[in-house]
Amino acid sequence: MKKLLLIVAPIVASLAFGCVAMQAQNAAPAGDAANGKKLWVKENCYSCHGYDGHGGAGVKLAPKPIAQAAFIGIVRHPPKSAMPTFSAKVIPDSDLRDMWAYLNSVPATPAVKDVPLLSALQ
Amino acid sequence: MATSKNTDRRGFLKGAAALAGTAPIALAQQTQLAQNRAASAPAEVSGGAVEVLTNERPGADFMLDVIKSLGIEYAAANPASSCRALHESMINYGANKNPELLTALHEESSVALGHGYAKIEGKPMIAMVHGTVGTQHASMAIYNAYCDRVPAIVILGNEMDANARRGYVEWTHSAQDAASIIRDFTKWDDNPASLQHFAESFVRAYKIAMTPPMGPVAIIASGKLQEEPIEEKDLRIPKLTPVLSPVGDSGSIAEAARMLVNAENPVIVAGRVAHNQEGMTLLAELADTLQAPVNDQRNRMNIASSHPFYNTGSVANADVLLALEVEDVFGMTHRTSPLNRIGMDAPRKILKDNAKIISITSLDLFQKSNYQDFARYNEADMAIPGDAQATLPLLIEACKKLITSDRRIAMQARGARLTEQHKKNKETSLAQATLGWDSSPLTPARISAELGAQIKNEDWSLVGNDMFFSRWPTRLWNFDKYYQFIGGSGGEGVGYGAPAAVGAALANKKHGRLTINIQNDGDLNYAPGVLWSAVHHNVPMLTIMNNNRGYHQEVMFVTTMAARANRDVSRAGIGTKLESPYIDYASMAKAYGMMGIGPITDPKDVGPAIKRAIEVVKRGEPVLIDTVTQGRG
Repeated sequence: MKKLLLIVAPIVASLAFGCVAMQAQNAAPAGDAANGKKLWVKENCYSCHGYDGHGGAGVKLAPKPIAQAAFIGIVRHPPKSAMPTFSAKVIPDSDLRDMWAYLNSVPATPAVKDVPLLSALQ
Repeated sequence: MATSKNTDRRGFLKGAAALAGTAPIALAQQTQLAQNRAASAPAEVSGGAVEVLTNERPGADFMLDVIKSLGIEYAAANPASSCRALHESMINYGANKNPELLTALHEESSVALGHGYAKIEGKPMIAMVHGTVGTQHASMAIYNAYCDRVPAIVILGNEMDANARRGYVEWTHSAQDAASIIRDFTKWDDNPASLQHFAESFVRAYKIAMTPPMGPVAIIASGKLQEEPIEEKDLRIPKLTPVLSPVGDSGSIAEAARMLVNAENPVIVAGRVAHNQEGMTLLAELADTLQAPVNDQRNRMNIASSHPFYNTGSVANADVLLALEVEDVFGMTHRTSPLNRIGMDAPRKILKDNAKIISITSLDLFQKSNYQDFARYNEADMAIPGDAQATLPLLIEACKKLITSDRRIAMQARGARLTEQHKKNKETSLAQATLGWDSSPLTPARISAELGAQIKNEDWSLVGNDMFFSRWPTRLWNFDKYYQFIGGSGGEGVGYGAPAAVGAALANKKHGRLTINIQNDGDLNYAPGVLWSAVHHNVPMLTIMNNNRGYHQEVMFVTTMAARANRDVSRAGIGTKLESPYIDYASMAKAYGMMGIGPITDPKDVGPAIKRAIEVVKRGEPVLIDTVTQGRG
């Protein structure tokens, strides 16, 4: 048992440290990006913000979304706009964390200079 | 019952002679009338007891003489039996030319074809409809034209004489006051009781339709007048005297100029200002004179998007706001409660309290009451009734006279700031266009960039509104010609887009322009038969489907209502999305005889598809590319 503890404890400690570090980095627990992608479509967020959150009628959310806590805060209490107010009863925090994880997984977009069609318009 | 009496051709000539020495349009009318008369074989005079079953000079021929005298190029119609004689006169007596009959598959299309055509060509065409069922079908398109201040002439076939109705259908297709259902959104209508009455009313209707603020008019063509022989003596076609556009009075213009020249942050807002290229030139000259920004509402092509002051104004910072043909000045200067707030707070003014509003609009000369297209009351400090384009020369001149060297220096500094702002706006647009560049479904920015690259060296005309394409063509392309953009529907009635685009493309055809339509999927489904009309009448155009597979503005609204009620937002797609099955627009185009490409979901496929399509369009054919797009941009 002691041996087992000696083996497991460092692993747990390491994982815990990693989680803490991740939380410190993102100021929030991680979510499930794959599930978030499904929820993004299911809850119709894509309709205004785009399938990958790049924006449109709604504001740009990805790549590089705002901090998770701020993201959830705005969903719960949006500024005066067309953005609906979603309570936790409608979309729980866990789902929002998954959606945020999805947005956070969206790869960076190319720079204008790297898109010949657009750089020609400069 | 047919009679043996025929038209008194000498009477016609007498009427025509009375026109001698009048304006060129009157001479053209006279010439046209004489030509038509020469082309028409004299009718035989019958005698005895033989029942005459032919009538080689029906009243519809004279009606057509009147129509031809006005230089009308097209008449669109879904065949209406109450217009059957006029229809026949057009294709035989008139040789199906000026006007040429366009086969429309829905009366809404008939009117909307003319809506798009008029915004390119600057004059109306005719929609010929049943006075009852056809008018009801056409009413939405008439309302759009009314709200968009576009001239259109609608001929309503009707049979007033109960004794002349041949069966029950003709009873259901007759009305006591056929124009009543569209009277609230037409400028004028009449129900002529004689051919001479028709001539005067038709010319009057044309004149009213073309007088700013322009709009649709309706003329009822009586079945009996159309079908029975011409019996009236001394018929003549009145001279068309176009009304000069109303100009704001010089005293008010001088005061407006003083306010604008002395302003630190004047902002010009352009609604439906320009009627043609000259209007664009004048607005640019005013902006250059004042070194003032122009915020274009994109209802017309008012100013080049490459102009350094284009869309660089801040209404919130303005000290003088010049609203030119702006429908909703209140809405432009106030904010109302957004949809995510319950109830309506008092509108919040975004204009500074000491800012002044100058409004120049012909809309102050014409209003109706029932439909509320006039928007909230405009509390302008100076309301100058007059057509803005017609008034611009006076205003420019008045401003130039007042600009001192000190003011010029201040204005030039402002102009430099605006030029820098315009450059930043462009850079922002380009950076935003990269977002979702490789996404599937496609972003409108990607499609617009692909399209823009391939048409930039062509003489192109975008005839579809890009509002639901997040204005990406407007943000990326260089619009500098009047015909390159025609705005939207006016009344925001869905179903305008496809037929108006075909009508605009028809007008572009004779100028050899490459017509592009960005077509919303929901809109096309109202009356897709217009795709057939485009093929049938050889109208070259490239249609790019904005196939986002739903009514996504409504998705947002229903989602908001569900969220507000703490209910399931995932169900907001019920009744708002076009899926299960998806609609195959390329196949739809093919069914109507048009080349269809797609559906395209991979952004890499868009460029090659556009290249292939443009080659076909240049050969004179319409093509549709189905691109599957993001929800709302």
